[in-house]
Amino acid sequence: MEAGKMTLDDVARRCSFEVLVGSELLSGRTVAQVFASDRMSDVLASAGAGALLVTGLVSPQSVVTAHIADAAGIVYVRGKRPGPDALDKARVLGVVLLATPLSTFDVCCLLGSVGLSGADAHRREKLT
Amino acid sequence: MTSNEPLFVRQFRFEGKDFANAGSVSTEVKAILRSLGLPAPLVRRASIVSYEAEMNVVIYASSCTATLLVDLRRIVLTFDDRGPGIPDIGLAMQVGYSTATQEIREMGFGAGMGLPNIQRNSDSLDVRSTVGHGTRLEAVILIPPEQAS
Ligand SMILES: Nc1ncnc2c1ncn2[C@@H]1O[C@H](COP(=O)(O)OP(=O)(O)OP(=O)(O)O)[C@@H](O)[C@H]1O
Ligand SMILES: [Mg+2]
Repeated sequence: MEAGKMTLDDVARRCSFEVLVGSELLSGRTVAQVFASDRMSDVLASAGAGALLVTGLVSPQSVVTAHIADAAGIVYVRGKRPGPDALDKARVLGVVLLATPLSTFDVCCLLGSVGLSGADAHRREKLT
Repeated sequence: MTSNEPLFVRQFRFEGKDFANAGSVSTEVKAILRSLGLPAPLVRRASIVSYEAEMNVVIYASSCTATLLVDLRRIVLTFDDRGPGIPDIGLAMQVGYSTATQEIREMGFGAGMGLPNIQRNSDSLDVRSTVGHGTRLEAVILIPPEQAS
């Protein structure tokens, strides 16, 4: 497997994410990078295809945005739970939904520690 | 697509403020473009254009007729709405400009990035608006010749 890429299955297990929707899809999805935002246009502008989205926004629109952006899946932070509408949409559209009690910062650190990088990793390299 | 495949046209009508169904036009557009066998990056770009335009109608306008047209060379998305219109399109196209309310921002919108995202993902974009009447947005995404076979 390409360096810095792993299956969603691996990521979910190594980060102890709870799987809310899409357990059957996990092994077939590769995570290309991580993108954290609560702004949907931000996700559509900057998260590449195959991004794992980290967000506190649990609305049905977060699910649609992930589908439109060809995201690998969504991790909802701080124990937030999407409502039945969002869960239904995710099942219909085939969007993987994961959950963690961690905050955005902590879950991003964790995702970094298992070997994933951000959508803007190339920019960060220039700064450090 | 084969060279003799017919032109594809599909029209959608939808209402503003209908947040429960917001995104349903664009998820359908995405499904259609996938079923036509277009390459994933192209489908992704067109879907982003469609979704940003659809959400703008849902958030700001009252009703809309959207059209998806696909031929061998291009995908054309048109969103023709009845609504307040955009007084200064140049300003609206700027990254960060938004008139979204606090309520809309809490739903994850209002970054002022929708129109710039549409622009970036289109090969050409035309936005016309009449204040008090509505807005018409037409975006063209070209299908590279080698991918139209
Ligand atoms: N169809 C429309 N009818 C009326 N006004 C619109 C329409 N589309 C956009 N606008 C105006 O243009 C502004 C900029 O739109 P744009 O999509 O770029 O950003 P946004 O919708 O405010 O935020 P975001 O798209 O990032 O969630 C909007 O805030 C709104 O004032
Ligand atoms: Mg917008």
